[in-house]
Amino acid sequence: MADADGALGALVAIAVGILALAFPFAASGYHIYQGAQVLILAVALLGLNLLTGFNGQISLGHGAFFAIGSYGAAILMVKFGFPYWAAIPLASVVCFIAGFLFGFPALRFGGLYLALATFALAVATPQILSYKGFDALTGGSQGLTLAKPGVPFGIALTPDQWLYLVCLACAAALYWAARNLVRGRIGRALVAIRDQPIAAETMGINAALYKTTCFGVSALYAGVAGGLSTLAVGFVSPESFGLALSLAFLVGIVVGGLASLGGALFGALFIEFVPNIADQLTVSFGDGAKALPGAIYGALLILVMAAMPTGVAGAARAAARALTPSRQPKVETGGVNVAVNYEGKEKSP
Amino acid sequence: MAILEAKGLEAWYGPARALHGVDFEVEDGGVTAVLGANGAGKTTILRALSGLIRRTGDIRFRGRPIGALATEDVARLGIAHVPDGRGTFVDLTVEENLRLGAYVRADRQSVRADFDRMFGLFPRLAERRRQQAGTLSGGEQQMLAIARALLMRPSLLMLDEPSFGLAPLVVAEIFRALGDINRDEGVSLLIVEQNASLALDLADHAVLIETGRVALSGPSQMIRADDAVRRAYLGY
Amino acid sequence: MRCAAPISATSEGALKRLAEFLHQLASGLALGGVYAIMALALVMIYQATHLINFAQGEMAMFSTYFAWKLMDLGEPYWFAFFATVIASFIGGVVIERLVVRPFANAPILASVIVFIGLSLIFNSLAGWLYGFSVTSFDSPFNGRPWFGAGYISAHEAGAVVVTLCVLALVYAFFRLTPLGLAMRAAAQNPVSSRLVGIRVGWMLAIGWGLAAAIGSVAGMMAAPIVYLDPNMMGGVLLYAFAGAVLGGIDNPFGAVFGGIAVGVLGNLIGAYVVGDEVKLSVALAIIIAVLVWRPSGLFGRRLVARV
Repeated sequence: MADADGALGALVAIAVGILALAFPFAASGYHIYQGAQVLILAVALLGLNLLTGFNGQISLGHGAFFAIGSYGAAILMVKFGFPYWAAIPLASVVCFIAGFLFGFPALRFGGLYLALATFALAVATPQILSYKGFDALTGGSQGLTLAKPGVPFGIALTPDQWLYLVCLACAAALYWAARNLVRGRIGRALVAIRDQPIAAETMGINAALYKTTCFGVSALYAGVAGGLSTLAVGFVSPESFGLALSLAFLVGIVVGGLASLGGALFGALFIEFVPNIADQLTVSFGDGAKALPGAIYGALLILVMAAMPTGVAGAARAAARALTPSRQPKVETGGVNVAVNYEGKEKSP
Repeated sequence: MAILEAKGLEAWYGPARALHGVDFEVEDGGVTAVLGANGAGKTTILRALSGLIRRTGDIRFRGRPIGALATEDVARLGIAHVPDGRGTFVDLTVEENLRLGAYVRADRQSVRADFDRMFGLFPRLAERRRQQAGTLSGGEQQMLAIARALLMRPSLLMLDEPSFGLAPLVVAEIFRALGDINRDEGVSLLIVEQNASLALDLADHAVLIETGRVALSGPSQMIRADDAVRRAYLGY
Repeated sequence: MRCAAPISATSEGALKRLAEFLHQLASGLALGGVYAIMALALVMIYQATHLINFAQGEMAMFSTYFAWKLMDLGEPYWFAFFATVIASFIGGVVIERLVVRPFANAPILASVIVFIGLSLIFNSLAGWLYGFSVTSFDSPFNGRPWFGAGYISAHEAGAVVVTLCVLALVYAFFRLTPLGLAMRAAAQNPVSSRLVGIRVGWMLAIGWGLAAAIGSVAGMMAAPIVYLDPNMMGGVLLYAFAGAVLGGIDNPFGAVFGGIAVGVLGNLIGAYVVGDEVKLSVALAIIIAVLVWRPSGLFGRRLVARV
């Protein structure tokens, strides 16, 4: 597992952990909200990375599962009065089922067709969400609004801080779960299925079960993220869940590093703050600056694929290795050499 | 005068080296046969010459080095390569396959004349002009591949196992045609063949390849008379 | 439609319904033509590279903006039209050489990511250059008296004609010209093509150029209907995907059929079954259904996985 091995990796993890915990007490309201957003996005990226990075199934439509989690939690809370700590897990289970079910037809498609189908899913999602027939539940194009959860047991925290800590707890738990998954037998099976699907089958790995389950788990992560997002933002509406969201996720895992769990944080920071910075630039540069995030995302996708297929996390790892030459060279099973390990298509010489 | 010379030819399939410094040449107007067992590297030689795989070494065509050229540029110089498996465009018609052979030529008149000549040489192709090439028999596809190569008006024709999978009568017809082409039009031939006897009948020179190296080379009479060759490749 | 005898209420209603049906059919054909052209562009690139160009829609949108800008500067419609087609062709060639080529041997995920990147760049470039608000786009066909005005707008009829012309030209190009033959060969069998001297790399570039060019036509035909804004082609691309998948992603005739079918079916289903607002979901359903039950599409080739 190329994620954060050895002493250096542990040090980094601890440092990040401490920073994350201390953060809400040092920052102000809006920044805490942004911090929570970063954690939420990181959870979604973890899920997508499990599916696309480790298992090689290309999903351009994870925004749809995020939407199911988001809307699911919102509907349960607003229409049925569930408390958030029940609504979010329930909505996530629904996401898992949805992802698992989607995984079955996905088995039939190849990589490219799955990308196509998930792309279609992403484009169609806002329309499905605003379908008049569901208006009673979804609130139609207006969406649903809800209040921020209160702080329990009168703990001395602001609602923002509490929300942040909830997100942090979820993110940490899900990261830990993903890490164990990836490092263990299941993780190796997923990677084997990605790299040599037919060989994996002949070794007795039930590829179909692994792949559909992976889809389900990855959808579950997106669902949790969606549910938390509902809490953080306070409302849901169809437009927020369009193609742009799914593509932002893709950008996040590419920039952070495909098949790198630690990279999810980098990716999340990136997709949270680039639009922010662009918004601030509109003040000085006018409306045109609105186009900046898209252009940066696009350019980076291409550049990262060309120069840094392993993303920021991979580059950091490489730099770390360069700084500690005495270390034994390790075979990276979790890290991705995109040029070699993905199911290649036949190319002419 | 050699039309093609190779010195120290090495070739790789990815990281695996398949040719370890092969030397040989083809006389201008001559016929050279490349013999050897399965997997010896015969096909690899042709692929290396055409630039289909990574290669190093000194390769000269009419004295001019071609070792760094792309496949299509090698073809445009006048080297026609009929690959193993025929390389037919199976979804295109016979006529379209042939037209592709003449793709790089600008001289419309002589192309038309050449078409007629090809149909004369291989009448079966004329009958199946508009048929999809993939529906032709193995022998017909081989004839089609050769005709397509000839339509390029090559100075050097390289063939990879032209007899493969074909009935003896068909093979005889094809080799007779090859002989005619060599004699009448002066097209030099480089033929990779597993059927050593057939190849040695046609060729004036032969090269024996074993595990990516030249084991023996010389005039075909000499090769034919060699005891080891006789036992291993000619079966008596 | 003039009858001597008085028409009863029911037959008048029936006539109205028939007129409405014909109208939906006709505008479905017009839209279907647009989808068919886009699907054809997708198939052209797929046949040559085994890749799906996710950026096709945004490229077409960008071309349409180019045309709009030319007209904004005072150029007449048809000048802008042809200038755009040519510029798009050149643009397509340049993109293939600069952006697509370096990833020629990269795994599928890398190519998908690169195409998404391209689409994001085009989308934001259009937004930056021309703004994100919706604009209207003139059609050369409107404003003329048109006998079928009750059933189909002049523009839609014009779009159908243009579509047919484009399809006919593309067909003629590939079937009858040496270059078209060489491109078909390069797509089917790159190795053998090189062996006869075809510069396969440039064939791919020209293929991209052609796809971009016909994509621009689709965009310019679609714009008067869906209105011009940087996100106009997202839906169109989805319908084109559905059409290409339905017809068979490696079969140009199939793609055209599929595109038209999606246009017509989408309109009819939208009008009579589930309502216009879910047409995108219909496209999604088509894609998933076809990929599950008959992945090669109605007319595509059955694929066998090589071990």
